[in-house]
Amino acid sequence: KWGRHWMCPVKTTLLQPSKAAKMAELGAGSLLTGDPAFNYQEHELNERLKRLYPAVNEEETPLPRSWSPKDKYSYIGLSQNNLRVHYKGHGKNHKDAASVRATHPIPAACGIYYFEVKIVSKGRDGYMGIGLSAQGDNMNRLPGWDKHSYGYHGDDGHSFCSSGTGQPYGPTFTTGDVIGCCVNLINNTCFYTKNGHSLGNKLSALSFCPCLSFQPNLYPTVGLQTPGEIVDANFGQQPFVFDIEDYMSEWRAKIHSMIARFPIGERLGDWQAVLQNMVSSYLVHHGYCATAMTFARATETMIQEDQTSIKNRQRIQKLVLAGRVGEAIDATQQLYPGLLEHDPNLLFMLKCRQFVEMVNGTDSEVRCFSARSPKSQDSYPGSPNLSPRHGATNAHLHNTGADSPTCSNGVTPTNKNKSHNKYTGVSSASASSSPSSSPSSVNYSESNSTDSTKSQPHSATSNQETSDSEMEIEAEHYSNGVTESSTRIMNGTYKHQEILQADDNSVDDSCSSRQLCGGNQAATERMIQFGRELQALSEQLCRQYGKNATHKKMLQDAFSLLAYSDPWNCPVGQQLDPMQREAICSALNSAILESQNLPKQPPLMLALGQATECVQLMAKVRSGSCSFARVDNFLH
Amino acid sequence: KCLFHTEGLFKPEKKKKKNFDMKNAVIGNNRQKANLIVLGAVPRLLYLLQQSSSSLELRTECAVVLGSLSMGTENNIKSLVDCHIIPALLQGLLCSDLIFIEACLRCLRTIFISPVTPVQLLYTDPTVIPHLMSLLSRSQHTQEYITQIFAHCCKTPEHQTVLFNHGAIQNIAPLLISPSYKVRMQALKCFSVLAYENAQVSMTLVNVLVDGEQLSQVFVRMMQRDKPIEMQLTAAKCLTYMCRAGAIRTDDNCIVLKTLPCLVRMCSKERLLEERVEGAETLAYLMEPDIELQRIASVTDHLVSMLADYFKYPSSVSAITDIKRLDHDLKHAHELRQAAFKLYASLGSNDEDIRKKITETENMMDRIVSGLSESSIKVRLAAVRCLHSLSRSVQQLRTSFHDHAVWKPLMKLLQNAPDEVLVMASSTLCNLLLEFSPSKEPILESGVIELLCSLTQSDSPALRVNGIWALMNMAFQADQKVKVEIVQALGTEQLFRLLSDPDTNVLMKTLGLLRNLLSTRPHIDQIMSSHGKQIMQAVTLILEGEHSIEVKEQTLCILANIADGNTAKELIMTNDDMLQKIKYYMGHSNVKLQLAATFCISNLIWNEEDGSQERQDKLREMGFVDILHKLTQASDPNLCDRAKTAMQQYLA
Repeated sequence: KWGRHWMCPVKTTLLQPSKAAKMAELGAGSLLTGDPAFNYQEHELNERLKRLYPAVNEEETPLPRSWSPKDKYSYIGLSQNNLRVHYKGHGKNHKDAASVRATHPIPAACGIYYFEVKIVSKGRDGYMGIGLSAQGDNMNRLPGWDKHSYGYHGDDGHSFCSSGTGQPYGPTFTTGDVIGCCVNLINNTCFYTKNGHSLGNKLSALSFCPCLSFQPNLYPTVGLQTPGEIVDANFGQQPFVFDIEDYMSEWRAKIHSMIARFPIGERLGDWQAVLQNMVSSYLVHHGYCATAMTFARATETMIQEDQTSIKNRQRIQKLVLAGRVGEAIDATQQLYPGLLEHDPNLLFMLKCRQFVEMVNGTDSEVRCFSARSPKSQDSYPGSPNLSPRHGATNAHLHNTGADSPTCSNGVTPTNKNKSHNKYTGVSSASASSSPSSSPSSVNYSESNSTDSTKSQPHSATSNQETSDSEMEIEAEHYSNGVTESSTRIMNGTYKHQEILQADDNSVDDSCSSRQLCGGNQAATERMIQFGRELQALSEQLCRQYGKNATHKKMLQDAFSLLAYSDPWNCPVGQQLDPMQREAICSALNSAILESQNLPKQPPLMLALGQATECVQLMAKVRSGSCSFARVDNFLH
Repeated sequence: KCLFHTEGLFKPEKKKKKNFDMKNAVIGNNRQKANLIVLGAVPRLLYLLQQSSSSLELRTECAVVLGSLSMGTENNIKSLVDCHIIPALLQGLLCSDLIFIEACLRCLRTIFISPVTPVQLLYTDPTVIPHLMSLLSRSQHTQEYITQIFAHCCKTPEHQTVLFNHGAIQNIAPLLISPSYKVRMQALKCFSVLAYENAQVSMTLVNVLVDGEQLSQVFVRMMQRDKPIEMQLTAAKCLTYMCRAGAIRTDDNCIVLKTLPCLVRMCSKERLLEERVEGAETLAYLMEPDIELQRIASVTDHLVSMLADYFKYPSSVSAITDIKRLDHDLKHAHELRQAAFKLYASLGSNDEDIRKKITETENMMDRIVSGLSESSIKVRLAAVRCLHSLSRSVQQLRTSFHDHAVWKPLMKLLQNAPDEVLVMASSTLCNLLLEFSPSKEPILESGVIELLCSLTQSDSPALRVNGIWALMNMAFQADQKVKVEIVQALGTEQLFRLLSDPDTNVLMKTLGLLRNLLSTRPHIDQIMSSHGKQIMQAVTLILEGEHSIEVKEQTLCILANIADGNTAKELIMTNDDMLQKIKYYMGHSNVKLQLAATFCISNLIWNEEDGSQERQDKLREMGFVDILHKLTQASDPNLCDRAKTAMQQYLA
């Protein structure tokens, strides 16, 4: 049982689909024209390229999608969206050869790149070359003749490898044949295919092995030499004749097994200790106190920080994430006296956030004014749980809005805890009396819908964490004498959430019901007053430490919220997104840890960040295996 | 200590404990296993196993210990089989307890996959197979063990039929998508052995659906390049067998774009030696009858030069660095070579360009030549198959075959070889004896005639055909001396025996030999003067007998040749019966026979030869002119021309 439990938070946080969805939109948005057939082809192309080359960031290194009208010899004519190439020169001899390159070079992050060319007509003599060349190579040539260029020629079936004389390589090709060129940037070789059959690349003197190492960027290239020659390119617009995905799957498996079988030799024990430490420190860092303790017990390891300290941090973090920044500041000052005084930047950031949360109606300083405030906001599923965001992978770590009704079940481990027993009773009582608080929370689920759908399978675990944390806080409140109504509402939202889950129509209505500071007059006054205090603090800091542009911007943004009638739908409305709490939460957590002489980043995250950076760096130095060694392949 | 164990088995209260001790004692220790067997533990264990009065727990323990004993050496297994362990365990399967069944099956599995166990033991009791089928649904373990037993014990068409008739396909197909890799793999192996050269199974397999998907597609998925090699290879075998059995077309995408490339990949250097052998053999089998597949394979991944690596074992490096590796290489070297030869033979069986490519591969002819005299019979056979395939090329016969004097090792091979090799070698020799082959002369000088004549006396029709075929080729446009030598060596008696051979091929080639012997006038006269009587008898016999058109045509051609001789003519002219036969065939409904008969008459009435006038007169009297006249109106232009030419002889 415990095994499952301690795994959960890690799982929740480590797995999230990252940019894929955004990139898809971006890709689909470009190059659109009015023609529906063309649109369809474009869509096909984007889908296929995304599937084949998931590691390629097209914002940095776009993939070839057509022949370049600029990068060609004058004897070359292009048509059919720059996919068809025909020869329009004299074709007397090799001096009349002409080539065209694709619009973009092959990004190394492809790992394995493939394109095909169909011979529509072999023309007079069928002197056609298909292959690769570097930018700046003479276009008055067939691919393969010059330095950094490679080509497979139809008339003799020879392969040309940066040389005017070819080597016997494969069969000849002619009208109707489909010739493919595959570049393997992992072992730096290239091979060709004919009608879906690989012609091979790694052999003895008879054939040849074009070694592509230390190459400049290579472009897909086609060259023609006699009149009537016409070829069509397929950069992914259509399914390939050769099963390139199968070929890629072999290399993916190869690289994954290489990683899995990485020899650790005699150091097996060391590795285990390191791994345990990583898990343990991660749990401790984020304050998964009970889980960390269980883990430590099971693995017979020690935890450096003491348990109360972990719990304290956990409590503070939960307050921040719940949008109750004022309470978080109080708690910090009480538990770690001097910490904020010594870090005025952090304090200012917290106060700014507190102001934003007041606008939001979630900070306790305004919340106490309203019994009927839309409390749902601080507990709705969009609210970040304790799991941190991974800056490096840029992943959305929290599923938003996809709460499944299992949330109330996820408390098994903590329920054993004595302090929670009381709470369990409350929970069940309140759940039945679900109040009619506004369902405003759900609008976040809408804005983040792409993420939520992707992360759905893991929503259960995530919820467990959320509910876990909420309950711990509420339990404390209960014992601290906080009104029961508040508790009930908080719990009620869960119940409510379940209902909303089934009915998305209510989403639109809910938006309008959001009001400044929860719509309470006294709360608004309190907010204005707090704003003045914040202004004063800013001026004081300015006097003390000099002007600070960041602070100024932060303050401006926060105050700007008041300028709009609907702050949630205004240009600076992003600030109200509960996601924004994460940064400040983790800054505060790190500051507390640092003050205790503990690392401000958990080693696990450091390792993850490093690995991600490393893979990105591999793409930059043209090491193709990066495409099959992506960190997210292993986070599941 | 061991004695103590066995004694313990007889005291009921200690049985379980002793069993338990025994289990722990024997695990992983072959000597202890052998000791126990020698001390007679097996009958005791079997007795306990079969006692329905013993507790299930004890019976299970017995099965486990026996399973452990069977994991030992081959001798252990022999002893176990001798103690009739198989019927006892099979009996145990009738019990309802799953744990016990699994223990029995595990032990049976281990015994049946051993090469020393006679597979027939699985089929002696006809109730066993259906019961095993019914146990397939019990658990993943039963599935794994039973499919593994089937996969190992299906060795003959009869076994295939038994398993097929008991619903092997329907029962095993769902296991292909089992969550357990082992089960998937063993199920796949079952299908590969079931489909091998079995049209009935193969035809059924193509129509089977697994979870809504066609079986061939399931196999295709199993050939994906990220799947384990063992799985890819076995799936490719299944599709290959289904294709060869005619259940899948050779131009189907799953063969052309999936199975063939997969098998080519199995031949690559990256694969294990065993995998390369199996891959090459399967690929050779797949494309043997199909020129298009041969063409595709010949350009895929440089297969032809890739195979050249098969000859580089043991490599010089392995000899120096690693004894273990050397041993491994040596063990597989023969297998690799014969697999490569087989694949080359298959690749080059039809296409001239591919043959050229093969002979141009590094040291290829030398390798074949040395392969012909290797100690391993498998290699010799494969090498001669390869040579045979290449010998179908006129160009290769003229060049590389002669340059490398392949006839020498070939002749040596023919001296003393098993029939299998002899068939291939003599077939190759036939091609080497074609008149344009430069090897013909040296072969003749090496005294091949005796050898070939002895082949014609073989019991095997294939050898008789090859022997007489080679003689036929040899006699084509040969010197008088050679012809006489052939006739003398063969003997007329043997010649006539061959003319009544039950095998049509032998008859045809013998007639061909006769025809080649009876060419050019002096040869005809000489042979006819010495063997005329017998030959005319034989011709009469064939023309009167029930034979195919081709045989009769060939015989009439011989007659036409005889008619071309100076003195030999008279043998026909004086034989009125024969003339009547010729007349009959001139009016036959088959143009070929008409043509041959007309040719014969035309030779008989040819002007400028002594006595042509008399012959013309005699034949006119017999009514041949009328027939010739009729034939000048024939619709067939050849026949028409031939008849006109003959008529002109009368006009001149």
